[in-house]
Amino acid sequence: MGTIADDIRPDHRVIFDWVEPGARVLDLGCGGGELIDLLSQQKDARVQGIELDEKAIYECVKKGLSVCQGDIETGLAEYPDRCFDYVIQNQSLQEIRKASFLLREALRVGERAIVGFPNFAHIGARVSLFFGGRAPMTPSLPYRWYDTPNVRFLSIGDFRGVCADMGFAVEKAAFLNGQKAITFWPNLRALSAIFLLSLPDGRAHAGERNAEGQGTKAER
Amino acid sequence: MEAELKTETAPTSGGRTLGIVETREHTFAGPLLLESGESLGPVTLAYETCGKLNREKSNAILVLHALSGDAHAAGLHRGEKVPGWWDAMIGPGKPFDTNRYFVICSNVIGGCKGSTGPASVDPRTGKPYGTTFPFITIGDMVQAQRHLIDFFAIDSLLCVAGGSMGGMQALQWVASCPERVRSAIPIATALKHSPQQIAFNEVIRQSIMADPAWRGGDYYETGQPEKGLSVARMIGHITFMSEQSMEEKFSRRLKNDRLGFDFGADFEVEGYLRYRGANFVKRFDANSYLYITKAMDYFDLSGGRLIAGKGVDTRFLVLSFQSDWLYPSHQSQEIVRQLKRKQVDATYCELKSTYGHDAFLVELEGQTTLIRHFLERIYYGKENGNGNHR
Repeated sequence: MGTIADDIRPDHRVIFDWVEPGARVLDLGCGGGELIDLLSQQKDARVQGIELDEKAIYECVKKGLSVCQGDIETGLAEYPDRCFDYVIQNQSLQEIRKASFLLREALRVGERAIVGFPNFAHIGARVSLFFGGRAPMTPSLPYRWYDTPNVRFLSIGDFRGVCADMGFAVEKAAFLNGQKAITFWPNLRALSAIFLLSLPDGRAHAGERNAEGQGTKAER
Repeated sequence: MEAELKTETAPTSGGRTLGIVETREHTFAGPLLLESGESLGPVTLAYETCGKLNREKSNAILVLHALSGDAHAAGLHRGEKVPGWWDAMIGPGKPFDTNRYFVICSNVIGGCKGSTGPASVDPRTGKPYGTTFPFITIGDMVQAQRHLIDFFAIDSLLCVAGGSMGGMQALQWVASCPERVRSAIPIATALKHSPQQIAFNEVIRQSIMADPAWRGGDYYETGQPEKGLSVARMIGHITFMSEQSMEEKFSRRLKNDRLGFDFGADFEVEGYLRYRGANFVKRFDANSYLYITKAMDYFDLSGGRLIAGKGVDTRFLVLSFQSDWLYPSHQSQEIVRQLKRKQVDATYCELKSTYGHDAFLVELEGQTTLIRHFLERIYYGKENGNGNHR
């Protein structure tokens, strides 16, 4: 258990390493189920996915995974509090309008949330905006302004900000540039980031819909 | 509708056909204590089987039919050319693979396809029950089916599956005895009928009862209320189709090249409905239609009744169809919400289709893929490397 192939996506490898064996995992926007399949097979995790695309659901079911068709934008209301150890939201946050609502929901139904997103402040993006005067395109933001599924453009710095504002504790963070892990100046050098979040000890989870603002003083 | 649709579309999903099958009957003395407080006995249940029950009795799948269906789900009856209503799904190499699974299709009490119903002879009077037949519920149908599964000495079913009213029975099986159901596939169904669904059923019942030939249900010597029953079925057929499928199938095409300026069937859609209605009268008992539609209206597993206890480990595959306005997707999504609340393992997909409610019988591509793989996962479990989701 715990050994995986070398050709695994770097972001999946990070998440794989963070999730402990036997964990209950919900993946929001799970696509064809590659990540949860890995967690199920190699870590004996009890996994579930939510996905909008019908063909992607077929792929999940072929892998023997449980997946419910649904729009994560509408929230996770039917899930009881803390019924998962991890709620994963990998590369879907930037496509969500109610991003902060969904982050709160993830930390209501999960003990922890794992959130991965492309970094809009990568140097490539900065250069193309500053010198080119054009909406940036980078390997992690490969779309043109008119065909992008992204509706939220955030940087690693922005994300740290929202965590502080909403009172989320950052337990771990990983920054990637292709296969490389970035440690220095990630907001400038990383193409994407993955955060492991939780609510600080002692905070009730269910009643935290008004958490906004409360965490500000403590975290800044 | 089942028996009729397949003749038009003859859909396939790969695999071979089963060959000759026959309907059998299982009779038990009962009496069944019904939800209404009345009792019924002796009880006969018609069923068909295909495939082989393995020694551990772990490969049995119970398939349940819709309102006007029967036990003849797959294969051919001797001398007939039209296969069973779900032949595309059941057979060697098909999603309900009879090389692997033992498939039982059971009829329902209250019906008229070989099981005890209002057209059966009441042993106390020697005459058909008619409207002295006790009111039955989906729960009562499932209770009778439990006797059949006991008869096979099967402790636990690999799967219960069905569309529409068959889906209600599948849900009821889980509600009544979750420990005997390892997985369930409710398709195009609901936890309860909405007022709209009840309303259609009420119009259907009223059209039967308004026919003087119905005679309060006592027509077995004088003949069926043909007009009423055929209008009832016409109403049903409208609800089974979508606006788009009707447009594609009929548009405003005329039966003859010009308008008749009379009340004959000018348009193809009128001819179609009349044909369907007239055909139905030959194969279905009017009183059964009354009793069964009532059972569907009484069905209600909302409010936490689907999964009443804790630790239910039945796994669900819930399917709905995009253009189905009779059992719209939000009703299936409500099933899924109930399951999530109780942390019961569920997969849900709304399949693309323009066929309306009929889709569960004719829109096979998505169903085939999903059901095949879902069942493999349940059957092979951990040995397949994918069984650790429990």
